[in-house]
Amino acid sequence: MSLRNATIDVRRATSQIGSVSPVISIRHLSKTYARGQTALRDVSLDIRRGEIFALLGPNGAGKTTLINIVCGIVTPSAGRVEADGHDIIRAYRAARSLIGLVPQELTIGFHESVLATVSFSRGLFGKAPDPAYVEKLLRDLSLWDRRNSQIMTLSGGMKRRVMIAKALSHEPQILFLDEPTAGVDVELRRDMWQLVRKLRAAGTTIILTTHYLEEAEEMADRVGVINKGELILLEDKKTLMRQLGKKRLTLVLGVPLAEIPARLGAHPLTLSADRRELVYAYGGNGAEANIAQLLADIAEAGVVVKDLRTDESSLEDIFVNLIRRGP
Amino acid sequence: MTAGLNLHAIRAIYTYEMARTARTLLQSIVSPVLSTSLYFVVFGSAIGSRISHVGGVSYGAFIVPGLIMLGLLTQSIANASFGIYFPRFVGTIYEVLSAPVSAVEIVTAYVGAAATKSVLLGLITLATATLFVSVHVLHPVWMIAFLVLTSITFSMFGFVIGIWADSFEKLQLIPLLIVTPLTFLGGSFYSINMLPPLWRGITLFNPVVYLISGFRWSFYGISDVNVAISLGMTLVFLSACLGLVVWIFKTGYRLKT
Ligand SMILES: Nc1ncnc2c1ncn2[C@@H]1O[C@H](COP(=O)(O)OP(=O)(O)OP(=O)(O)O)[C@@H](O)[C@H]1O
Ligand SMILES: [Mg+2]
Repeated sequence: MSLRNATIDVRRATSQIGSVSPVISIRHLSKTYARGQTALRDVSLDIRRGEIFALLGPNGAGKTTLINIVCGIVTPSAGRVEADGHDIIRAYRAARSLIGLVPQELTIGFHESVLATVSFSRGLFGKAPDPAYVEKLLRDLSLWDRRNSQIMTLSGGMKRRVMIAKALSHEPQILFLDEPTAGVDVELRRDMWQLVRKLRAAGTTIILTTHYLEEAEEMADRVGVINKGELILLEDKKTLMRQLGKKRLTLVLGVPLAEIPARLGAHPLTLSADRRELVYAYGGNGAEANIAQLLADIAEAGVVVKDLRTDESSLEDIFVNLIRRGP
Repeated sequence: MTAGLNLHAIRAIYTYEMARTARTLLQSIVSPVLSTSLYFVVFGSAIGSRISHVGGVSYGAFIVPGLIMLGLLTQSIANASFGIYFPRFVGTIYEVLSAPVSAVEIVTAYVGAAATKSVLLGLITLATATLFVSVHVLHPVWMIAFLVLTSITFSMFGFVIGIWADSFEKLQLIPLLIVTPLTFLGGSFYSINMLPPLWRGITLFNPVVYLISGFRWSFYGISDVNVAISLGMTLVFLSACLGLVVWIFKTGYRLKT
């Protein structure tokens, strides 16, 4: 193996464990707007190369503010941000060239054509025209047929896709999607998820905000939760689901029980009020379940089980609990 | 990006702005042609029949440089202020702010496009004027120089207004309250030497006097004030506007929150 290949392998390996050189590094970032609203308080966060990061939080939490600072639209009050090692203020050219942004609001011209606006974006970000790339991009987003249409004649969903095309026009390594699927129909939402996965597979780092928790659950590698300007949680999605997610196994009984048999006393069981169901709660904080033993003990105790079902808490439940608890 | 300058960005913004001009081409051309014709009908014929010559030039020909300047100033300010105010208003400015472009590039592109349009309109006005009176240009190079410098200066001034304004009313305010009166009182339609001494003294505080005087000199070789002073003053305004623009970008004034 040549030296060159070796370095690439090391890079790939380290990026997978994510311990080396974050693609975005945010340190002690604070923002107080001119009118005195504090939108961010001392946020520190590393985004790993190649991951899909979901930023969650209620309205007004500071998600857009955070994104806008990284993209150079809002000036931070304190703290610093680096994009791939480039300070976003001192080395703004290098930093911004790496970043694409699809903002939360549908802000787009009216009169220019799709092709013109996408070419405009590419030029703005310092890239020479590349008709082949732009064509592929527009085809991928099903916009090619409408390339010569004036933007104002497009539907809302199409406009949103134009905004994505603009953000991707300069082939960014990092893509910010600020609520990409707000007000978007199911089909387009699926399309976008697919697009995001494709981009990730090509090595793009994606940071998205969303109010749809299923979206974060479906897409994200890691989740950060912001509330009132503070980062209150930062976790791998899987770990998060494992740690905070509670599972319940409900056993529907063939014959109602008067009480839980003594034989089953070792298991964390509760009997439902109508005495027709036994509920076994497990998971959360990583506690191991011993379902095999439970089932064996139930059989031995002669309890007749007619049916069973399991439920697990979603990211949504976790999120609601967190916000309710507050920072 | 070559030589540290994002030329692709300059070209992108410039082209975008010129395309905006092209979309409104008809009204861009019709309005100067129409207003020039009207001025000639009203001023040239009505007043010109009473004042036959100013400094050896027929009154109709005398007002041509002033008319061009009047259009140049109004158009430069209107174009440049709208060009930057509109993206701020609808929010599309986010893209420019998030792009790897410097203040120099942004100003070059926006002001360059507005100034280009003004110069074109100035030439259209001149062409229209030749339909009514015979105009000759004594110093064509200086004429173009004044045309271009004034367009750039007032486009830059318009750019500043477009950043300062936070409503469409304010966008109209300065042109309406300051620029139009200064232009009318700046000797567009008369020589300030025709004024009583007191008024002539006051008029010398009007910056537009120097622009019009210099511009008229490039046509007929006659001027109210020394040409060197006119040129100097034009450059002073240019520097002042440039300073204002630099300050805006240094402080992020009204562009970033
Ligand atoms: N330009 C601004 N000027 C003043 N205050 C602002 C500005 N933009 C945002 N804020 C305030 O900063 C706080 C955070 O707003 P931000 O838009 O970052 O929230 P968000 O998490 O993106 O909310 P949402 O989910 O509604 O999009 C809010 O209190 C908001 O009112
Ligand atoms: Mg937001």
